[in-house]
Amino acid sequence: MKQIVVISGKGGTGKTTLMGAFAELAKNKIIVDCDVDAPDLHLILNPKIKETHEFKGSKEAILDESKCIKCGKCEENCRFEAIKNFKINPFKCEGCGACAIVCPVNAITLSEKIAGYWFVSDIRLGPMVHAQLGIAEENSGKLVTAVKEKARTLAENNKKDWIIIDGPPGLGCPVIASINGADLALIVTEPTMSGIHDMKRVLKVTNHFGVTAVVCINKYDINPEISEQIEKYCDENNIDVAGKISFDPIVTKAMVNGKSIIEYPDEKVSLEIKKIWERIERCLNE
Amino acid sequence: MIISVASGKGGTGKTTVAVNLALSLNNVQLLDCDVEEPDAHIFLKPKILTKKTAYLPLPKINYDKCDFCGECAKACNFNAIAVLKNKVLVFPELCHGCGVCKLVCKKNAIQEKNREIGVVRKGNAGEIDYADGVLKVGEAIAPPLIRGVKKEINPNKTVIIDASPGVSCPVVEALSNSDYCVLVTEPTPFGLYDLKLAVGVLRKMSIPFGVIINRDGIGDNRVEKYCEKEKIRIMMKIPMSKDIATLYSKGIPFVTEMPEWKERFMDLFKEIKNEITR
Repeated sequence: MKQIVVISGKGGTGKTTLMGAFAELAKNKIIVDCDVDAPDLHLILNPKIKETHEFKGSKEAILDESKCIKCGKCEENCRFEAIKNFKINPFKCEGCGACAIVCPVNAITLSEKIAGYWFVSDIRLGPMVHAQLGIAEENSGKLVTAVKEKARTLAENNKKDWIIIDGPPGLGCPVIASINGADLALIVTEPTMSGIHDMKRVLKVTNHFGVTAVVCINKYDINPEISEQIEKYCDENNIDVAGKISFDPIVTKAMVNGKSIIEYPDEKVSLEIKKIWERIERCLNE
Repeated sequence: MIISVASGKGGTGKTTVAVNLALSLNNVQLLDCDVEEPDAHIFLKPKILTKKTAYLPLPKINYDKCDFCGECAKACNFNAIAVLKNKVLVFPELCHGCGVCKLVCKKNAIQEKNREIGVVRKGNAGEIDYADGVLKVGEAIAPPLIRGVKKEINPNKTVIIDASPGVSCPVVEALSNSDYCVLVTEPTPFGLYDLKLAVGVLRKMSIPFGVIINRDGIGDNRVEKYCEKEKIRIMMKIPMSKDIATLYSKGIPFVTEMPEWKERFMDLFKEIKNEITR
């Protein structure tokens, strides 16, 4: 069983479009959406939810004002600027509990909150595990880990060959949780100054955690010069460029129709993505 | 006045809007709070004058005092400490630096040492005051560094904050205390779905907001229909344009080549001011 994660550093480079295609192309797989903040893959794959689980990832401090003696100890010990004028700001509170520990009159309690949900679903192409973090919540890394654990169990029990993961943008905790244990990270970039800058940073992250990375350049023809720079950089750093994908408005059209690009099999972009998948398959089976 | 720029979905044009707005106004400070992937500097090419390392406290066990009672591990809400028979394991990537372990340790066996989590850079790009945060590679937790960047806020200026994508803690930290938020989206199903999430964040945080549709024309009109139904103001539409995309790819803010847009961003700013004082 091999685990592949699709990440990008910069957002909006085409991770989910590629994932939608891989869901069609890969055989005997389980599809996972680990962009739990802003998951979009379900908009293409239309999962039928079979199981819904609560995610109790974090706690928040609750103040009982009737007990509060306004001593200010809580504010003094809070390192997140979450307490001001004897009021707790739930958006700033990270649920550490320091305030509850120092409160001399037990006016503060920590309560567990439901910070999101995760789902086990069926798609036309097999099983899918995905999630939705609650709005303005934290601990997305923990939710990613919960989703991945479930996916792994399902994959093992059903003897799947592939776990294919849509990762979040950026390089913080949900990204680190997403790439953990992956056999390969596919980094989707675009030929812009931001794309190349963010790709370099996320490559440092995969390198830091010892995950093998390959790169693909989406919309490579919008600036061929920068695409060349990306290829040169990858070449110099021994990173495989798994392929290049042309810019084509058909990609957005497919998304608007709620379809994977592979459902337009004769399009040039579909063939380009197919080649990328075949290369990844080969690369991991070697 | 603090105006933040956010989006939900990544790659919709937050940095484009933040940078072009900054270049169209006077007396501006731009803070790039997308500390995981800060990109505003690519477009503004600021002269960096100071770099300040940002730290987070990490517990350090004094084994001469520790009796392995396990209270610290029990109290830690982030599973960042594990106490074994004769060893205490600290997991820096899980530690929020809250200090609870130190608070509960009866033997006074926990000290804190500073752990580097990134850098806050300050400088200027022409007339624009500039600051950003660069999260250290391998670091998981962005909010403390975002707080570090926001310490640089100059209340005498119009402050523009470029936030990260998503709707979780780094975004909440970047948006807190904003007077107004501009949500940048694109007219596609992904853009719409993530816009709805971002609207949820702003309503929860009680921050007034409006929407900018970027790459107008590439998808469908569901974003507009949604905004109409929800009575959300569409402040601006930036068309899908090969010229704008090419300038973006080269790291050039489009107002510098298309000065007519400067006026439109000035109008946007006026509209934001009106909305805030309304």
